[in-house]
Amino acid sequence: MLDKVGIAKRIAREVKDGMYINLGIGIPTLVANYIPANLHVVLQSENGLLGIGPFPTEEQVDPDLINAGKQTITMLPGSALFSSAESFAMIRGGHIDLTILGAMEVSENGDIANWKVPGKMVKGMGGAMDLVASASHIIVAMQHCSKDGASKLLKECTLPITGLRCVKRIVTDLAVLDVVPTGGFKLLERAPGVSIEQIKNATAGKLIIEGEIPEMTF
Amino acid sequence: MINKVVRDADEAVQDIPDNAVLMLGGFGLSGIPENCIAALLRKGVKGLTCISNNAGVDDFGIGLLLKTRQVKKMISSYVGENEEFERQLLSGELEVELIPQGTLAERCRAGGAGIPAFYTPAGVGTEVAQGKEVREFHGKKYLMEHWLRADFSLVKAWKGDTTGNLIYRGTSRNFNPMMAAAGKITIAEVEELVPVGELDPNQIHTPGIYVQRIFQGKHYEKRIEQRTIRK
Repeated sequence: MLDKVGIAKRIAREVKDGMYINLGIGIPTLVANYIPANLHVVLQSENGLLGIGPFPTEEQVDPDLINAGKQTITMLPGSALFSSAESFAMIRGGHIDLTILGAMEVSENGDIANWKVPGKMVKGMGGAMDLVASASHIIVAMQHCSKDGASKLLKECTLPITGLRCVKRIVTDLAVLDVVPTGGFKLLERAPGVSIEQIKNATAGKLIIEGEIPEMTF
Repeated sequence: MINKVVRDADEAVQDIPDNAVLMLGGFGLSGIPENCIAALLRKGVKGLTCISNNAGVDDFGIGLLLKTRQVKKMISSYVGENEEFERQLLSGELEVELIPQGTLAERCRAGGAGIPAFYTPAGVGTEVAQGKEVREFHGKKYLMEHWLRADFSLVKAWKGDTTGNLIYRGTSRNFNPMMAAAGKITIAEVEELVPVGELDPNQIHTPGIYVQRIFQGKHYEKRIEQRTIRK
């Protein structure tokens, strides 16, 4: 079973040279730490920056430079700044190659729910609906089950939807799975030490298993 | 040369009436019109509709106006990190309209650009789509969204000149340029106000045509929500 860092490390392997990438808050933000140094990628922050650099030193802290999670950040050589309208124009326009975000639930046809739990505090969707509606490739980072053991990979989402039929790949603490166009989670890899039986038990939606399922490598 | 300079924030907001529709620039606490918010607090104007990506925190930004019950309605994309906001929302004291962030930015842009409506894929199949026209283009569904305009837009820039030309710094630009264009009256507060001719025309982000009033703000706190340091 993978911890959050493990999930982030596995997702980092999906990153290809030359990609423009939007990372959501939480585990997706951690992915940046594990992108191999020989790959040249540009990270987008939807509040108006391409080219997110590392967190600042105490001396570099600048209140005019934050990421979408409101954390202080730095820029890199080649960074570009722009307005929120321009930022979402590049998102909607399909210019971002890879979007990585968290989810509360994913359905077997690729619907995602990640912005609201009715009856509890509603914080808002931020940029999530714009991102999932337009991204050409979406990878979801999530726990396979909730804390009380209920599967979060479902036939249909029970929580309010963020976007329809948009998730392509899911990396959980147990497995890597693809959402296939005809519906279903196709099992690609098992987390180290996790059995197919465990994954079956943890997946409420349709699980597709074909041939040998290898263990993840990092 | 048209001179748009007012003395301070109090003079700039003096004619904002009760029940006005305001746009306030900023993302989180970055690029928010700190001086104008403080002046609205002093003025005590009530029943405001505030269009702003976020609602501040409990003791800073729009959160200050929530605490004094000066806000009737918030139109935002993300309103976490604010306990007073949560309390007023759950008790029904505050109306809230949540909008996808890109849709919010584009609705403001459309307002300033004279585009009454547009189509976007964000929110198709979600509760955001309720009551909205859905139309298919090239095999994909889109929602019709309307422009947003404001009685007064309150924006914050790094530098400005006396004719209202503005330059922003870093990610504090965010919603400020679109909101500047979408306000009937736009009030710009800047960290440094310079005479006409001192800003390089190549570097202007918001042309002065969108700005009706400008002043140099005082005592910028520029509070940081998540001070994150390299380990």
